[in-house]
Amino acid sequence: MQVGVLALQGAFREHRLMFESFGVKVVEVRLPQDLENLVGLVIPGGESTTMAKLMRSSELDTAITSFAKTGKCVWGTCAGAIAIATEIVGFPEQPRLNLMDISVARNAYGRQVASFEVDVAVKSFETPFHTVFIRAPRIERVGKDVEVLAEYEGHAIMARQANLMATVFHPELAQDARVHQYFIEKVCS
Amino acid sequence: MADTVIGSTKVKTGFAEMFKGGVIMDVMNVEQAQIAEDAGATAVMALERIPADIRTQGGVSRMSDPGMIEEIMKVTSIPVMAKVRIGHFVEAQILEAIGVDFIDESEVLTPADESYHINKQNFKVPFVCGCTNIGEALRRIGEGAAMIRTKGEAGTGNVVEAVRHARSVLGEMKKLQIMGEEELMTYAKNNGAPYDLVRYVHENGKFPVPNFAAGGVATPADAALMMQLGVDGVFVGSGIFKSGGSSSSDSERRAAWSARAKAIVEATTHFNNPEILAKVSRNLGEAMVGINLDTLVDEERMAVRGW
Repeated sequence: MQVGVLALQGAFREHRLMFESFGVKVVEVRLPQDLENLVGLVIPGGESTTMAKLMRSSELDTAITSFAKTGKCVWGTCAGAIAIATEIVGFPEQPRLNLMDISVARNAYGRQVASFEVDVAVKSFETPFHTVFIRAPRIERVGKDVEVLAEYEGHAIMARQANLMATVFHPELAQDARVHQYFIEKVCS
Repeated sequence: MADTVIGSTKVKTGFAEMFKGGVIMDVMNVEQAQIAEDAGATAVMALERIPADIRTQGGVSRMSDPGMIEEIMKVTSIPVMAKVRIGHFVEAQILEAIGVDFIDESEVLTPADESYHINKQNFKVPFVCGCTNIGEALRRIGEGAAMIRTKGEAGTGNVVEAVRHARSVLGEMKKLQIMGEEELMTYAKNNGAPYDLVRYVHENGKFPVPNFAAGGVATPADAALMMQLGVDGVFVGSGIFKSGGSSSSDSERRAAWSARAKAIVEATTHFNNPEILAKVSRNLGEAMVGINLDTLVDEERMAVRGW
């Protein structure tokens, strides 16, 4: 089994190390042909506007959309959650993949000086998960088919819709592979 | 439930990790910031004079006007960085107060302290610092830098110094990895580097923070060269907004800047793909003129600033 990590820009190496820590093979995805033979794809944190432009110029945007439509699992963290959302509050023109029925507001928890860490309860996890928020987007609305898996201050921070998952925090920066395992075992199965 | 923690090492270095594989561009005004964001920059560095101008105009170079930085913060949705003089912790307090996302304690400005750098552990805002060798890099990380970059020779459009510093740092990292444990303390002593960080590099083969290239990057090929040497991302200073010198009109010059900025972003992502590098390198017009380093007298060299 191989999972892809979009490697255009951002924290793709941290995701790779996390998957490899429990024996999942990782392919770095930079071009559409890299998606072949993958069970799923992670869109990492980074700068959402940068990634959107690089996805467009390499035609990965349409390739990832069809990848998801065939039922392959796709998980977006932070900037990746912005990329897969159907709505980006205040930035209607920003290119996005339009996959998951959520509305996200960019940098809604504040600029970098307000970035934070906190322990949060996650559905089906026995103990809290240590979450790291970095200029994080906020999920302002979830569609009716979206299951909320974790919340912070009244907003969803981890959510799932069938083969799609979004986290606005950074599980790849925690010393804890449970969210990565959840993606492989629950979302990709 | 534990309490919420802000300004921790984790959120500072974690933020720096998000810039990897990206290009951070120097901008002098709102218009250039917009060009940088539209081209796909991961952040902008707001400053009144880019290094090439600091070089020609001379004089004491200081932190930019906070009002000018705030204007740029208002119009861009990507992170905004700004520079302070080496050791000038009050300039850093001011930038933290206006909410700048990252501070560059930079040798490009005139140093304010000839002995000490800023104690960066005291700040919630993360810092990036330049280095010419591994000892300097580890001292800066020891002081709390969340990101390291090579010093290059800013404002020259000549990549040779950035290559020299990157090769020195990356080569020493490899050496440290294969060194015997008993050698580490003497290595720390000889390089003026904190022992625990020397150990970290010995065990992990990398710094605990991202390591970028800066200084003299002027073309997509320069950016890809630095990435292939093994850095995590690229700063472009004068290389974009000093290009297109022969353009006949403002709109032509803007188009040249924009094309070059986009090409450097693409080259940084696809640094290992020569076909894409060839494609994005075509028809970019005139690069910045550049300065041959042999013609610089020692007082004009910025890379030697810092202790």
